[in-house]
Amino acid sequence: MSTKHSIVGKNLQKVDGFKLVTGRPAFTEDIHIPGLLYGKILPSPHAHARIKRIDTRKAKALPGVHAVLTYKDVPRVPHTTAGQSWPEPSPYDTYLLDSKLRFVGDRVAAVAAESRAIAEEALRLIEVDYEVLPAILEIEQALVEGAPVIHDEPDSKGIHDAQHNLAGYILKEIGDVEEGFRESDLAIEREFRTQRQQHCPLEPHITISWLDSDDRLVIRTSTQVPYHTRRQVAMILQIPVQRVHVVKPRIGGGFGGKQEMLLEDICGALALASRRPVKIEYTREEEFYMARSRHPQILNIKIGVKRDGTLMANKMTVLATTGAYGSHANTVQGNTGSKVLPIYRTANMRFECHVVYTNTPVAGAFRGYGCPQGYFAQESVMDEIAYTLGMDPVELRKKNMIRLGDIDELSAQLGEGRKGLPRHIRSCGLPECLERGAAAIDWVNKRQEYSVASISDRRSGGQRPPLQAPNSHLRRGVGVACSMQGSGIAGVDWAAALLKLNEDGSFNLQVGAADLGTGADTVLAQIAAETLGVTLDKMIVCSGDTDFTPFDVGAYASSTTIISGGAVKKAAEKVRDHLLRLASKMLDVPVDNLVCRDNQVVTKCECEKSVSMEDLAHYAMYKEKVQVMENASHWNTDSPPPFCAQFAEVEVDTETGHIRVIHLVTAVDLGVAINPMQAEGQSEGASAQGLGYELTEELVLDGSGRAINASFLDYKMLGAKDMPKLTTILVETDEPLGPYGAKSISEIPINAPAPAVANAVFQAIGVRFRKLPIRPEDVLRALREKELSSPQRR
Amino acid sequence: MQLQLKINGERKQWTIAPGDLLLDVLRREGYFGVKRGCETGECGACTVLVNGKPINSCLMFAAQTEGCDVLTIEGVEQDGKLDPLQEAFLEHGAVQCGYCTPGMILSAKALLAEYPDPTEAQVREALAGNFCRCTGYLKPVEAVLAAARVYRENGRKTKNENRKSQNNHRFSIFQFRSRH
Repeated sequence: MSTKHSIVGKNLQKVDGFKLVTGRPAFTEDIHIPGLLYGKILPSPHAHARIKRIDTRKAKALPGVHAVLTYKDVPRVPHTTAGQSWPEPSPYDTYLLDSKLRFVGDRVAAVAAESRAIAEEALRLIEVDYEVLPAILEIEQALVEGAPVIHDEPDSKGIHDAQHNLAGYILKEIGDVEEGFRESDLAIEREFRTQRQQHCPLEPHITISWLDSDDRLVIRTSTQVPYHTRRQVAMILQIPVQRVHVVKPRIGGGFGGKQEMLLEDICGALALASRRPVKIEYTREEEFYMARSRHPQILNIKIGVKRDGTLMANKMTVLATTGAYGSHANTVQGNTGSKVLPIYRTANMRFECHVVYTNTPVAGAFRGYGCPQGYFAQESVMDEIAYTLGMDPVELRKKNMIRLGDIDELSAQLGEGRKGLPRHIRSCGLPECLERGAAAIDWVNKRQEYSVASISDRRSGGQRPPLQAPNSHLRRGVGVACSMQGSGIAGVDWAAALLKLNEDGSFNLQVGAADLGTGADTVLAQIAAETLGVTLDKMIVCSGDTDFTPFDVGAYASSTTIISGGAVKKAAEKVRDHLLRLASKMLDVPVDNLVCRDNQVVTKCECEKSVSMEDLAHYAMYKEKVQVMENASHWNTDSPPPFCAQFAEVEVDTETGHIRVIHLVTAVDLGVAINPMQAEGQSEGASAQGLGYELTEELVLDGSGRAINASFLDYKMLGAKDMPKLTTILVETDEPLGPYGAKSISEIPINAPAPAVANAVFQAIGVRFRKLPIRPEDVLRALREKELSSPQRR
Repeated sequence: MQLQLKINGERKQWTIAPGDLLLDVLRREGYFGVKRGCETGECGACTVLVNGKPINSCLMFAAQTEGCDVLTIEGVEQDGKLDPLQEAFLEHGAVQCGYCTPGMILSAKALLAEYPDPTEAQVREALAGNFCRCTGYLKPVEAVLAAARVYRENGRKTKNENRKSQNNHRFSIFQFRSRH
């Protein structure tokens, strides 16, 4: 792919890289504003409570305090914090400040003061009498008859069944799964549990807000969704959209946690109340329990197959919790069905999901968006089926996987909170992902080598002698798992781009897209430069500013390259057409004889006439008196899925229970890689988060709903020494709906490290783990149970 | 109280409070490359070198740096020229969001000063105190190893280079660095 382009497909350095490696002021907090106040939120100490009395007089009297806000001081506007297109498919169940508190960390009050110390002192001076209510902390308790009602307020909207704590409910069926199971030779049904994972961006949520000289509210914030934030803040604070200006500087990581209007509303409210600039930033501890997390789920999955491995029916039933508020409740869980089940062909699929409220930290968007949970369950059961049938797990997947030309009807049923559009597979590199991934990990040989004698009861049992030293406490195994994702939300996501020519032949590229460290600015600039036949250094990128860039839904749903990139390509094509018309006039050559290349417009024929972009720009500006400037908008009717096969090799220490991942291979079909190096980086980072999800990461709550490990010391992310060898294979296909054939990559590799490792662990020690994370104590406990149940071994 | 120290080779005298953290003082003085990630010494985003040793500036009182030589990311670039580590981080795609990058580069710089030819394991050990949520660490590790090679090569030819580069500084205030 890369040979026919000069910019697309090249490993060019990030356009914003220089300022990042030199530590130039680039992030939200990297600014000195005279008179800046420090904002702070008083978090609820109770999982479920009502404010009986709140007295802020002492706090207000403290010198240096400029504003104290409670629910009595602010408008009561039901909304969702989910940064989604209007009308948001998440329930409107959240309030700027409320008299009812629904989780430990919910907002009781907020202050703005001249220093952090004064702000903290002011919080201590707020007197609150709470009426503590019975709380729901476990998912299963939420639906029990007589359970406390978390959202008993009358004014929330869009909750599926508030009286039963049901934020959302989904049921979709294609064909008839029960009939499919009757026709199956083998059906395996299992239950899986997944945990509360936190995004852990290195930069916690932070917002600075002030009134500019026109009395407009400026919100400088670490967000993935500048435009949604503007709309939501205006609604919540009851001011016109025109009075809000959202600025997104560089973002220190988001991973979905910043697809959320989280601090902007309260920070804006404090700025309005104090008439001073206000900064609110979460501490690391607050980031853990007051920001967002991945939805914990209990998944029941049943898959039926014929003896030859043909899938006959796939039924997934999910009970998920969204925590205290329904941010992304329906859509994350909808994805657990729509992006997971259809990867394998079968006429009979059924997905049912209850999404319940609990008095726990709020879940939200998180890279993978419901898929890591679903793929952990589905890929584990697929592996179990393969072992039971005596099939190679890779072969079972190849036999059933979705293919080029297929139409996935389940995704039509499971749209973004509404009926969606059927997904046509116009590009599919999954077979190649499986083949190249298997080769990279040496699948056939390793699988044979690590084959465990302990699984002799399976039908194909005893086909090979175990080559693994039978008495060693170190057991090795390999495992595989597949996944797919989307590229933007079909029929919903859209973006615009604006391109303007300057007189030195450079271009301003203005996009609403929100680079949060993903390299979006670079990729979009590469698309523009390629289309205009100029070098990348001619691009001046401005992104994510609601005054200076056109609309974009923001950075989520793996949409930026395909949707924002599509808009950039269209705008660049319009600019190119304009440039060619001008050059035609200037050079007196027909337009169709001209082409943009190497920072100039040149003739295709042998006459070898040319004009540099700089001269052409001068001609346009001072002779023709015209600003070459175009904008374009773009959306897709489909969401082309990227595909991924991940292979893990592990070593389990049966004495300590430690699972050491030795090698993780990720082969991913991303369409055309606009910048392969950056694409690899996305894959490697997603893999690291996926491995953390598998092995270590969980935000743990105590019996009162309080997070007990809200620090990097106790919530274990993987560090440089913990990572296995990573191999990334970019499998390029040509996606007709993507700019230059691109699809997406940022999310998909987070989906399958967990099942790939779990499947490898099974091969190593013969135990299936169905609850995440798999900690050493879980491994030891399982090994002990296994030993007790089969005393003849060892 | 008064604090005298050297930051990035420049002598400074600042008025500070006894309890001020080095992280807060540096950011207050405009060294924004020192990042706030956890304030509990766990993430490494606020790493600076004090007398050549990497420390978490969120765990050190500013007053403790009296008379010390402090290096922040702003002082790593020399005369408008990027350090080989900075170049390598760009070249190898080791920067994603860039929030952990200054700390990583400084930890790596301390490593290379002590071990010019580190093994991959030594690099990973040196970066173990710098969390990164974006990269999965592979590209940063590759970048440090690549920079180590450049350091070693540069070490061999430093003397004549130094003489040459001094002539190029006449109009340096008007020079912009090309980003590509």
